[in-house]
Amino acid sequence: MSEKKKTTIVLFSGDYDKAMAAYIIANGAAAYDHEVIIFHTFWGLNALRKDEPLTLNKGFLEKMFAKMMPKGADKMGLSNMNFAGMGPKMIKHVMKKHNAMTLPQLIEMAQEQEVKLIACTMTMDLLGLQQAELLDGIEYAGVAAYLADAENGNVNLFI
Amino acid sequence: MNAHKVLDAQGLACPMPIVKTKKAMNELQTGQVLEIHATDKGAKADLAAWSKSGGHEWLQSTEENGVFKFWIKKG
Repeated sequence: MSEKKKTTIVLFSGDYDKAMAAYIIANGAAAYDHEVIIFHTFWGLNALRKDEPLTLNKGFLEKMFAKMMPKGADKMGLSNMNFAGMGPKMIKHVMKKHNAMTLPQLIEMAQEQEVKLIACTMTMDLLGLQQAELLDGIEYAGVAAYLADAENGNVNLFI
Repeated sequence: MNAHKVLDAQGLACPMPIVKTKKAMNELQTGQVLEIHATDKGAKADLAAWSKSGGHEWLQSTEENGVFKFWIKKG
């Protein structure tokens, strides 16, 4: 069998719509039998946060960051027409009508399709995020690991 | 046309028809035919491209009352 093609995506944005685009492409590429890697950095890390209360040992700034950032994929805002939180409510309503998958469902589907989800450890430190508050079954790495995948990639995206 | 398996992807939006088709195709043997029913208007272009890339044979497609039917032979 010929070597698998590879799709690598950097998810930098923490917007619901942009993350949705990234995860739709990732799921499509997995259906194309590509090896798929999503490298989450900066605001994109919020897509991996668990939506459950956790008591973690954090400093003041880290606590502030944790409070101000969306706690998980479902809490993210839109990059356009967010209208202080009304936008996501409206788009979720429309998505339901059109039977489109929600972002949490797309992430679950990606994990089911063995898409490799990676969290950037350097930006985790900057934003004060700890492994315990991110989804199970993801990997932790830095720029070199991403580049090792990307240099052999057939599709590379920065979202 | 005789199919070995029928996949009902009606009402599903992108990327689900392609994800489901891939899963269904995995269960077939080479040379067997998969029949897919879908309502997503992008499904035809998506599945035709997917078949070509995966080495499958695009046999036929029909449309009736907004329901697309496709037949793909596993390559």
